[in-house]
Amino acid sequence: MKLHIKGGRLIDPAGGVDAVRDLYIAAGRIVSVGTAPADFEANRTLDARGLAVLPGLVDLAARLREPGFEYRATLESEMRAALAGGITTLAQPPDTDPVLDEPGLVEMLKHRARQLNHAHLYPLGAMTVGLKGEVITEMAELTEAGCVAFSQADHPVADTNVMLRAMQYARTFGYVLWLRPQDPWLSRGGVAASGPYASRLGLSGVPEQAETIALHILFELQRMSGARIHLCRLSSAAGIELVRQARREGLPVTCDVSANHVHLTDLDIGYYDSNYRLEPPLRGQRDRDAIRAGLVDGTIDAICSDHTPVDDDGKLRPFAEAEPGATGLELLLSLTLKWADEAGLALSDALARVTSRPAAILESGAPALPPCGRLDAGAPADLCLVDLGARWRVGRDTLVSQSHHTPFVGMELPGRVRATLVGGRPAWEAAA
Amino acid sequence: MANPQLNRNGELIHLLSTEGLPRDIVNHILDTAQTFVPLADRDIKKVPLLRGKSVFNLFFENSTRTRTTFEIAAKRLSADVFNLNINASSTAKGESLLDTIGNLSAMQADLFVVRHEASGAPHLIARHVAPHVHVVNAGDGRHAHPTQALLDMYTIRHFKKDFTNLTVAIVGDILHSRVARSDIHALTTLGVPEVRAIGPLTLLPGGLEQMGVRVFTDMRAGLKDVDVVIMLRLQNERMRGALLPSAHEYFKHYGLTHDKLALARPDAIVMHPGPMNRGVEIDSAVADSDRSVILNQVTFGIAVRMAVMSIVAGTQA
Repeated sequence: MKLHIKGGRLIDPAGGVDAVRDLYIAAGRIVSVGTAPADFEANRTLDARGLAVLPGLVDLAARLREPGFEYRATLESEMRAALAGGITTLAQPPDTDPVLDEPGLVEMLKHRARQLNHAHLYPLGAMTVGLKGEVITEMAELTEAGCVAFSQADHPVADTNVMLRAMQYARTFGYVLWLRPQDPWLSRGGVAASGPYASRLGLSGVPEQAETIALHILFELQRMSGARIHLCRLSSAAGIELVRQARREGLPVTCDVSANHVHLTDLDIGYYDSNYRLEPPLRGQRDRDAIRAGLVDGTIDAICSDHTPVDDDGKLRPFAEAEPGATGLELLLSLTLKWADEAGLALSDALARVTSRPAAILESGAPALPPCGRLDAGAPADLCLVDLGARWRVGRDTLVSQSHHTPFVGMELPGRVRATLVGGRPAWEAAA
Repeated sequence: MANPQLNRNGELIHLLSTEGLPRDIVNHILDTAQTFVPLADRDIKKVPLLRGKSVFNLFFENSTRTRTTFEIAAKRLSADVFNLNINASSTAKGESLLDTIGNLSAMQADLFVVRHEASGAPHLIARHVAPHVHVVNAGDGRHAHPTQALLDMYTIRHFKKDFTNLTVAIVGDILHSRVARSDIHALTTLGVPEVRAIGPLTLLPGGLEQMGVRVFTDMRAGLKDVDVVIMLRLQNERMRGALLPSAHEYFKHYGLTHDKLALARPDAIVMHPGPMNRGVEIDSAVADSDRSVILNQVTFGIAVRMAVMSIVAGTQA
């Protein structure tokens, strides 16, 4: 099948392109950008005039809830939601049920995803058995089964000796550890950021020191072991400053933030709106500003959706008892565009945070992966066509995800995906 | 964001918190309560304001005293009162909070009095009940206990008349106390120029200054020249989790004795939301002295709860 995508505004952050260019696709790959190869006869031409043509988004944190939580969402529903959001590559944390700590489970998940034939799903293996923080997993076996990195999801390791061993072992094979920095003691029982607002609402707080102390420990252990670390979903200004210093020092570290934290603060919780119950908790204005500054200066590499579908039963509860998390796959692009607009950034620079930069993080620990997040000749034709000018209202009727719980429900956001292609195959098209 | 306890005309439809409660509404509640106080001495202690209405006391957390005073208050308003201790029944069977509320609403409830261990639970209920149903918060987590605060304000007004020249100290476990939070908001709303919080740093939450509170860790310094001392109950479980070493050491530094009370103004009153731990936060000699107005608080509590229930039930959403 040969495909000609005609007249679109091609934005490819990896190649520094932002111009009207045609794309020529054959056998699932981009064969040429701009000019038609000799003898190219398209089977189908997609008219992309008035639309932006972007690399398929790369999402570093999306919980698809399989295996184990199919009542909240299924691989099928959430993979479709990913495509509706223009995401063609995603990494799933290992906190499924059972936990992704055995090669057989990872193979089964990969197999299920492949059968669905939607986006590329890359599982993160558990770093320790059962995420218990005691025994390290068979990382090499898990890698062979398809894991691209190793993570503790939201279960920080308390034992520094285990953490050190995991780093040394990962370093041996060149694997990357994806860790969310959170001190397990200081964060215990906390449901909101420590501060005046949590005090007022009578909610248990998580101090920013839960993040900074964990970062200090991780960086020290990195200095001992030389391991490469990707830090997941930073939340505090002080934490981001520590990462900035670590990068300056030359530690092999990258990091991401959730799209929710780019826009929201703890005050938005209002009168206990459980859609704002997130992990890590939303912090103050100063922290949100620091997240935005960190994204601009490159301290923060990527924005992820942190997609966590929660059903009504999980959310229609008092704030502290509600399950943390929000649906996010279909909001990642719009929230990135909104941030770009508010920060006055060039689209290509902003979109790098959801395409080329997260792609580089994935590839750094798994060099054998097919390239993603780019649109140059030879790359797989994973892309989306986006109406940048369209606005849409977030709600039950506009979301494909099985969960419609997000802080942004009812809000109007910019940018609507019209079509998503995976391997040159139109995998999703918006209803006309 | 709209204040969820007021309707569009600014009238009280639910009582969820003393934060954001306008001063005229607070005064209206206190004035209404004042008309109910003499009822207690009459032969027939009832008024027909809530005749034919159903009041459900929903206590998801144990309480004898607060539940009883709400029950007495509702009965004196001639309402039909139903007490449910939910701990024991539905949540144990896995029913969700909103399912419980839905079921009871189907039994034609008019007013829910709710106590819950999670901060914000009454807000959640208020958001989901039908427009003619009212919610009164009888204590949620660490967040608020507005009727306790209002009866505290009633008591202070009764003994001190004017709020605008007072210094009020709240002593003890502020961190976990919904009474403290509600008192602070009510006191600042009524114009009390100096509200103090006294306790060890392990029991003081961050952000008190933003609520307009002066923080003291030395009880003697904090009690100097105060007009009102509000003692808080210290829960036994605070001895676990490294908040305090022992009840003995706590009493030595933060227990109210005559010796410490002597630093306050000579006419200072002593209050306590109950139930008291004698010998932990308060010495029996103080609790039983003429400085203590703790039993007056209990009596006024019935009138204040009558006022709150009659006002919210008389307002349309």
